Amino acid sequence: MTWTWFHRLGSPPHIYRLATRLTPWFAWPAALIIVAALYGGLVLAPPDYQQGDGFRMVYVHAPCAWMSLMVYTTLAVASAVGLIWRMKVAYAVAASCAPIGASFTAAALMTGMLFGRPMWGTYWAWDPQLTFELVLLFIYLGYMGLRSSFDDPQRADRASSMLAVVGFIDVPIIHFSTTWWNSLHQAPSVLRFGKPTIALPMLIPLLMMLLGFTLYFVAILLVRLRGEILRRERSASWLREAIVS
Amino acid sequence: MTPRRRRLLLVCGIVAGVAVSTGLALTAFRQNVTFYFIPSQVASGAVHSGEDFRLGGMVTKGSIHRVPGTLEIHFLVTDCTRTVPVTYTGLLPDLFREGQGVIAHGHLNGAGVFVADTVLAKHDEKYMPPEMAKQIEAEHGGVMPFGAEGDRLHTTTQAACAPQSPAQALSAAPPSTQASRGASRSPAAEGPPQASTRLPGGL
Repeated sequence: MTWTWFHRLGSPPHIYRLATRLTPWFAWPAALIIVAALYGGLVLAPPDYQQGDGFRMVYVHAPCAWMSLMVYTTLAVASAVGLIWRMKVAYAVAASCAPIGASFTAAALMTGMLFGRPMWGTYWAWDPQLTFELVLLFIYLGYMGLRSSFDDPQRADRASSMLAVVGFIDVPIIHFSTTWWNSLHQAPSVLRFGKPTIALPMLIPLLMMLLGFTLYFVAILLVRLRGEILRRERSASWLREAIVS
Repeated sequence: MTPRRRRLLLVCGIVAGVAVSTGLALTAFRQNVTFYFIPSQVASGAVHSGEDFRLGGMVTKGSIHRVPGTLEIHFLVTDCTRTVPVTYTGLLPDLFREGQGVIAHGHLNGAGVFVADTVLAKHDEKYMPPEMAKQIEAEHGGVMPFGAEGDRLHTTTQAACAPQSPAQALSAAPPSTQASRGASRSPAAEGPPQASTRLPGGL
């Protein structure tokens, strides 16, 4: 049956073994690509005509900001799958995403502050995009807080997933905030409908950085997912068998 | 209807409901999420006199005038339709340049001059090496070959600023612009990225 692989995605032992096997295939390329992209961005890319060498902060700031949205999207989709199909592995994926996404969001906010001070002249402004990114950090923290406030894992899964699905509204708001409202932050340079507005030699390291960060996210997600499955299945027979053998 | 289908509809319903209500709320509070007002909005009375607000626009080329021996600076902020004179005393960000975006916080005094207590530089989403900026300026007369889908300040001012012939640009500028043209220029405006200061406002 062609759908067997899909149904097996719902099986914790299968996912546990798959995650163990796949982790190095994401972790090593992530490390190599990030190192190469850093060299490309910090050394090879030319300085910007306006911002000089200061623009290089974009190579850390923009990927962090993209990842904060991408990880939340993963979290929200996994939560919805968990809610609709009552899939334990999907809940485990969502729970594993939260601390990673919160870290990327915090990193995006902090690198943004360090970027904003020399370019705009301020660390922080209550600009729509900055404010909604801060709200995203609070949604991540709220999701984690809500999960940990339940003793019953099933209730924790359902309640926190509902919050995750509702909170998804923040993702398109952050992305389109610069085109919808007056803002201090500029519009997206790469993730836009038209051509990127960043010159090719500067764009290549940026896209490599995004790829590297994505692979890093998957690697960390797989590691966290294994921990999450171990915690949830601690009394399951397959686990006892796997440890004994 | 199976329970799974019911849950699917429930989740879709929640997403749709949250999207619609957030959309309505944000539309209703549009004024309150306005980070700054452009000179046209100020001219049409969007702000009460004496009230603190942020003014956003482009620094008119040739309008920067520094008072020697002090940190006082006078310049014009324009959206290519209306212009507001600004006065400020203090340190400016490096990206504060003629023809570039700026967001100033302060209030209008009785004479219609915006007295700023903070001045922030606002740059657009274009990144390129200096040689490319010079080349584009030479080949396209300063008009970037990129798409026009930018942030609100740059898309609104771009339409008004870019396609003007020099004669139109002069007639659109208020008399005070021409009066202060050729006045003492800031070192920042004459810094290395010369090409950029000659690109039209939004670009």
